[in-house]
Amino acid sequence: MIVFDHVSVTYSDADHPVLQDVNLQIPEGELCLLMGRTGSGKSTLLGAINGLVPHFTGGTLAGRVVVDGRDTATNPPREFADLIGVVMQDPTAGFVTDTVEEELAYGMEQLAVPADVMRKRVEEILDLLGLAELRDRPLYELSGGQQQRVAIGSVLTTHPKVLVLDEPTSALDPTAAEEVLATITRLVHDLGLTVILAEHRLERVVQYADRILYLAGDGSVRDDAPAEILATSAVAPPVVELGRLAGWQPLPLSVRDARRAAEPLRTELADRPVPPQRPPLTTLHADEPLLAARTILVRYGDLVAVRNVDVSLAAGQVTALMGRNGSGKSSLLWALQGSGARQGGTLRAGSAGLDTADVSAAKARSLVGLVPQTPADLLYLDTVQDELDQADAESSGVTDSSAPSARDLLDRLAPGIPDEVHPRDLSEGQRLALVLAIQLRAAPPVVLLDEPTRGLDYPGKQALTAILDDLAAEGRAIVVSTHDVEFVATAADRVIVMAQGEIVADGPTANVITASPAFSPQVAKILAPLPYLTVAQVAQARPPGQRR
Amino acid sequence: MSKAVTLALIESRRVPRSLHPVAWWLWALGLATAVSRTTNPVLLILVLAVLGFVITQRRTEAPWARAFKYYLATALVVIAIRVVFRSIFSSAITPEDHILFRLPRIPTPHWYSGVQIGGPVSLEATLSAAADGLRLGTLLCCIGAANALANPKRALRVLPGALYELGVAVVVSLSVAPQLVESVQRVRRARRLRAGKAKGLRVLRSIVIPVLEDALERSLRLAAAMDSRGYGRVGRATASNRRITAGLMLAGMLGLCAGAYGLLDGTAPRYLGLPAIVAGAALCCTGLALGSRRITRSSYRPDPWLAPEWAVAACGVLSAVLLFVSAGYSAADLNPSFYPLRWPTLPVVPTLAILVAALPGIAAPPVLRPRRVEAKA
Repeated sequence: MIVFDHVSVTYSDADHPVLQDVNLQIPEGELCLLMGRTGSGKSTLLGAINGLVPHFTGGTLAGRVVVDGRDTATNPPREFADLIGVVMQDPTAGFVTDTVEEELAYGMEQLAVPADVMRKRVEEILDLLGLAELRDRPLYELSGGQQQRVAIGSVLTTHPKVLVLDEPTSALDPTAAEEVLATITRLVHDLGLTVILAEHRLERVVQYADRILYLAGDGSVRDDAPAEILATSAVAPPVVELGRLAGWQPLPLSVRDARRAAEPLRTELADRPVPPQRPPLTTLHADEPLLAARTILVRYGDLVAVRNVDVSLAAGQVTALMGRNGSGKSSLLWALQGSGARQGGTLRAGSAGLDTADVSAAKARSLVGLVPQTPADLLYLDTVQDELDQADAESSGVTDSSAPSARDLLDRLAPGIPDEVHPRDLSEGQRLALVLAIQLRAAPPVVLLDEPTRGLDYPGKQALTAILDDLAAEGRAIVVSTHDVEFVATAADRVIVMAQGEIVADGPTANVITASPAFSPQVAKILAPLPYLTVAQVAQARPPGQRR
Repeated sequence: MSKAVTLALIESRRVPRSLHPVAWWLWALGLATAVSRTTNPVLLILVLAVLGFVITQRRTEAPWARAFKYYLATALVVIAIRVVFRSIFSSAITPEDHILFRLPRIPTPHWYSGVQIGGPVSLEATLSAAADGLRLGTLLCCIGAANALANPKRALRVLPGALYELGVAVVVSLSVAPQLVESVQRVRRARRLRAGKAKGLRVLRSIVIPVLEDALERSLRLAAAMDSRGYGRVGRATASNRRITAGLMLAGMLGLCAGAYGLLDGTAPRYLGLPAIVAGAALCCTGLALGSRRITRSSYRPDPWLAPEWAVAACGVLSAVLLFVSAGYSAADLNPSFYPLRWPTLPVVPTLAILVAALPGIAAPPVLRPRRVEAKA
């Protein structure tokens, strides 16, 4: 179905190719998972399938890409619309119309499908994706999962043979992500579509893949069965890491397979003491919180975003804030920082017990630092150096002169970012580090991060975990809002779960995230009823002789 | 059974659907043409009443349907401006005029003596200025009524293939505007997080640059998405075909403009009116037909054109025609003079013509009320 014949892609300002001499043959009806670190060329490979690379992005493509007998060299992307459906990371970016039904019909209108056929197909897709109830709703009113399903539906109506998906679940909460992935696997089985899927959170999809394309980062692509690739790849989901650790053969890819293989491991671990999920807190003083908030209320007109929430944050603790999209996580973080709306409640921060909403912005930021969901919103200068200098200037007078400069902070968080780079050209993780460094320059004892794991790969998340541990060890209180339960299992001491603006669970990580299957990390599912959460814990529990 | 109950029964048995947007536009433009013929304030207020009646009967709950009140406000502003200008640049005053008040006169140089600034303001002048403003305001309201009644996006879909790109650009920019506002709000809120002490231009820069980057990235992604979904697939267009289309359209538009001017201005020479409009329309149609040949596209759930559409469009056109033929009434009744001061009369035929335009309030099918679904969680 899809043939890559000696394909190399070089962008105009790059000195080495993103993809080098790639040869692929993807047969019809396969679900093919694209794996690799950020910047290894996943989006380039996906874009090359329908000719967006290089027709739209620029650059040079050597070799040939042929889909169903059509060559991308002679056909622009629009001529592939009847053959290839493309769904992007952010569904709202691709919406052309404004209601569900019209969006589903848009592609067919472009292909001049007769009106009666269109009507029939729209009805079919509405049923297939469970969108019938939403048919005349405006697109912006839908939840993230629903929007992503509309985006998938809108390319399915043209009856493509190939579906290309670029991280379709990265902005979704676990339940919505499951919903979208279930839809995709169903389409593969029901319609025999060929699906090429890129995804960071492998734990969700690896079990459904027929094969994996692994981009090593040097331009080469390895193409093999999932178990073969995952046995050695640098990025792997926890289930695979556990399998590697325990030496299971064949390597299990799903929780179900792993659980069947884990019988001996569970017996072995049963009478061993469980190592702590996180190193014990050394600086915790729960009776003297760095921030204490009571009955916080945030409302936008009729919509109550945060309803009478009590939070207290202690030094040295990393707290994860979880909950589905729209449950009030962001509103709570912004209200705690003092920059967001807040209609009620009391708040005391720092040693003086000041309310962040009553003090100046400069003072508030030296009490509570916040890294917003889109870190780039804070950046507006041309080089990293300018941004850092600006951060130093902004903090003069607020912090004492012995405080580390923004450059020192950045070097600690992410060493080796050159001065003259434009902030836009940084990777997702580097940009996060830059904004974090800017916010830490004011030396706030409380640091809040709004969905920092979005767009980070496994090594990126490990680096973030290390940074957060360091900050906590210095005696700061950290709050991270995230959907990523595997990240929470390794990085958080405490978990708060929000729903409809209220706190529904608050406690030590192990207690909260094992309470419900949807929020459970893979290791916990595999080793239940033993209270293990991470692969590191298992490794620690086994005596050195038994480790491989 | 009372008449009201009978009407309500008939109403409830008709199948709700949305009327073809072009029918609403024909109706509104017909009424607007009728309005352009008269400065009789009684007739103009009757037109406003008719518009109000039809809108309350047949508008949906969509955002654009609530726009009519803004058109009304604009109409008031138009009247006010007209009156103020007439008072400042006062014209000749006859001895019989009723003087309301006197503005201080500003002497103008002799080479500018055609215009007086300041001076006495008469009741007659103010009234005729108000009537003139009312005509312009009512014209605006006719357009506003069409906007409130016809879904603008469905109206754009009716555009011939050659103008399709224009329609898409409008729809996309309509959906981008709220996103831009959201983006500005987000960045402004984020700025407080850095507590920058910057002032003036630097503040602007710290907001404008992230917002523009955001907008640019968004539009690039949208363009990529539209491209991969088949937007702009080529039919049989050639460069010369496009040039001929553009030339025909330009000439046609010029013809239409000249024709409209000739038709509406009673003092223009006869040949400028109808012939120019017909020639212009013909040129435009040829251009559109030629341009549409290169488009291979279809339309999802096209609006049907049935009896109610004919009825609604005919009501508007009938009003226009009745006010143009000046049969059964004297033309002076349409444009009553305020010199000497007296009440404007209410001529029978024009009144009936305008009342005919109220029929769509009943003739158009009832609107489709969307089922209320609970809001996003």
